Amino acid sequence: MRVVLAVAEVPNGEVSPFLVHDLRPGDQVEMHGPLGAYFVWAPPAVDPVPVLNGPGSAGAAAAPSVPSASVLAPVQLIAGGSGVVPLFAMASAHSMAADDTPFRLLYSVRTPADVFFADELAAFATAPAPATLDLDVVYTREAPADSPRAPGRLTAELVRQLTWPAEASPRVFVCGPTPFVETVARWLVAMGHPPGAIRTERFGGA
Amino acid sequence: MQHLDGNVLAGDLADVFGADLTAAVASCTVCGTRGALAELRVYRTAMGSVARCPQCDAVLVVVTRGPDHPMVSLVGLRALDSETVSTVSGWTSASRPTG
Repeated sequence: MRVVLAVAEVPNGEVSPFLVHDLRPGDQVEMHGPLGAYFVWAPPAVDPVPVLNGPGSAGAAAAPSVPSASVLAPVQLIAGGSGVVPLFAMASAHSMAADDTPFRLLYSVRTPADVFFADELAAFATAPAPATLDLDVVYTREAPADSPRAPGRLTAELVRQLTWPAEASPRVFVCGPTPFVETVARWLVAMGHPPGAIRTERFGGA
Repeated sequence: MQHLDGNVLAGDLADVFGADLTAAVASCTVCGTRGALAELRVYRTAMGSVARCPQCDAVLVVVTRGPDHPMVSLVGLRALDSETVSTVSGWTSASRPTG
């Protein structure tokens, strides 16, 4: 099994400086995970991740049934900074499955140098239809010359322009620092997305 | 203090219960609101985590970490349901009144 880890170094952090500077090829690490059954997306053909899959929970009740309507719904990913990491995993699963669920990613990031998985995302964005990832990057501090927008913070208006409208009933995944996630989730609800269609993950560094 | 959310409890809860509970539906003993455990507001310190109801702020789950293992208190949970969260409207920070 191949596991991809994305590490955002937090100065004076407890874990990330070790992973970035000290860990060497060949070193042995003990892993716990992958963790988190909530902030995940699986291609419709694949069984969704069971809610309870540990010992003692074997039984029919363990497998959640996803209504077919939500399986066919488009998927909107919204990332703030390194919050793109779990969303990249979803886009990657979408690409590997050659799944035709419509996928959009809105990625807010400071500068071109801060973009995680730039090459991989570009490849998803140019993949043949219908597996294409519809990718929009909003640069907040410094934009490349070919960016359609001057650098600036993400606004409700940009989110409205660059995401599936509520009428398309998308499943929305938002990941980023807490203030980013809360602000974007509030905008989405104000635009008519039902709170239950929005899944969020807030991160803090360590 | 900056909060996170219930997604960060995945590891500690898995250590205690042997399963990933973040997608399970929790109900708050105080206000009765139901939603994914992953959407609780979680305040983390070196001592552990306190998870609060996004609607009424009641303390629902407390995780403390001993020398080598976590201990979990489900003090404010009326129930924990393995029903898929996609079937409930859920709570989100977005539905919480601001200000």
